[in-house]
Amino acid sequence: MSTWLARHLQTLVGSLGRLSKHWLGTTFTVLVIGIALALPACLHLLVVNLERASNDWDRAITLSIYLKQGTSPDAAHRLSERVRQRRDIAQVTLITAEEGLKEFRRRSGFGQAIDALTDNPLPHSLVIRPAADYMDGAHLETLAADLRQLPNVDLVQLDTAWVNRLNAILDTLRRAILATAALLALGVMVIVGNTIRLDIQNRRDEIEVTKLVGGSNAFVRRPFLYAGIWYGLGGGLIAWMVAGGIVAALTAPISRLAGFYDSDFRLVGLGLEPTAILLATGVMLGWLGSFVAATRHLREIEPS
Amino acid sequence: MIHFDRVFKRYPNGRDALSDLSLHLDSGEMVFLTGHSGAGKSSLLKLIALIERPTRGSLIVNGQNVANVSTSKIPAFRRQIGIVFQDHKLLYDRTIYDNVALPLIIAGISAREIGRRVRAALDQVGLLGRENGLPVELSTGEQQRVGIARAVVSKPQILIADEPTGNLDPDLSVEVMNIFRRFNEVGVTVLVASHDVHLLQHFNLRRIRLEGGRVTDDGRDPAIPLFDPGKLIEREGGAR
Repeated sequence: MSTWLARHLQTLVGSLGRLSKHWLGTTFTVLVIGIALALPACLHLLVVNLERASNDWDRAITLSIYLKQGTSPDAAHRLSERVRQRRDIAQVTLITAEEGLKEFRRRSGFGQAIDALTDNPLPHSLVIRPAADYMDGAHLETLAADLRQLPNVDLVQLDTAWVNRLNAILDTLRRAILATAALLALGVMVIVGNTIRLDIQNRRDEIEVTKLVGGSNAFVRRPFLYAGIWYGLGGGLIAWMVAGGIVAALTAPISRLAGFYDSDFRLVGLGLEPTAILLATGVMLGWLGSFVAATRHLREIEPS
Repeated sequence: MIHFDRVFKRYPNGRDALSDLSLHLDSGEMVFLTGHSGAGKSSLLKLIALIERPTRGSLIVNGQNVANVSTSKIPAFRRQIGIVFQDHKLLYDRTIYDNVALPLIIAGISAREIGRRVRAALDQVGLLGRENGLPVELSTGEQQRVGIARAVVSKPQILIADEPTGNLDPDLSVEVMNIFRRFNEVGVTVLVASHDVHLLQHFNLRRIRLEGGRVTDDGRDPAIPLFDPGKLIEREGGAR
């Protein structure tokens, strides 16, 4: 067992040594794999950050209810109390017509024009913040429909269209990532497979001799599998560095941009788990690509 | 140890390399296989190493009928046979030590045991102390001895050699043959293919002559001892 382990370790290190001997070719192969893996990793970062940003915006979702003209302030109060009872509503703020007018006068600068009015043209209004659990599109639509049924309600304004659109875009992006990742995974396997195929052709004599002195296909294949693993791991590391570099370059400008919108949004990089997944994917694809190529091409080499 | 029973070998191109060949080698025997090039010597050796399979007839090597050895079992089968090639077939980017150690690494033997056995094998061919050199630093004769060390390092019961002295001058050839004899003396069955009749005359050993894929002569020719092989061994020993 320990001999077996030692032999595997030796092959692992030996294949790394062989790769470093041809460092130029190895570097290019690893770079190509790294760039191929970096693309889905960066798309993943884009979606994760968009999701975080949209979560911030979700909190800003409100419904505005405008009551019919001529509704008494008492009726408006009763209505706001009634709405407050619903469990899908977190907060209700009543803005009476008088308060609304005062606010408008203060903010708009149309003071004199407003003073000229005999009647208050503004209705009473309620500003409603839905509870966090009911923040998605379907629940909001139901809530709005319910509110429309209430007495004295003139208009319920809910702007969820952009939330729905953003969520649809995120869904599309997620699918796109999956498709891109699948294609690029195939690409990585082809790159590794082709590199291993060339390596096998270059070492044809050595493979023949090894088979002549009793080396099995599995024994001959082993160094090539480890080479594939190194390629994949190297590519994964490159991809990780590319993603990290992009995040580092964008963090400052995005924080400034968020600052303009009064948001404390910060770009997140690849966490521990996504990094582990990225590296493991690289290793797995490298191994798989070399396994397919080595199994195929080593069988063709028999001593004669 | 090796039994050919009415063996035929026809290659895909239609050439008949062996036809109706029957041959028996006892355990511990040392035999020369002679004949012109194209007589079937190489084909016969390839059948023993399972590089080729018989077209017809039965071949039993070390108690195993080769017809029953599946492709996946060929590596294990080959590990019980040491093979020496005319062109050495060394790995030129590896040290002499790594070349000789290869069969032991394949067999999964521990590193310490490998070191001991590799040095023993190199000692037997007179190359102890050269482990860390590369094959290209050696003369042709020395490279051939590395090939022999690799063939015997896993202590096979059968040793086959295809024209092992083909590229060597007469003195080196005798020296190589004497190395084979010493392995034979400790019980290894040795089969050496060689067309060099003059060289074989130095040894009083069984000689099988092939012609057109058939055995035309089998027996001990009255050897003409140009010089005594025993003395050669001594001389070689003294030179070391």
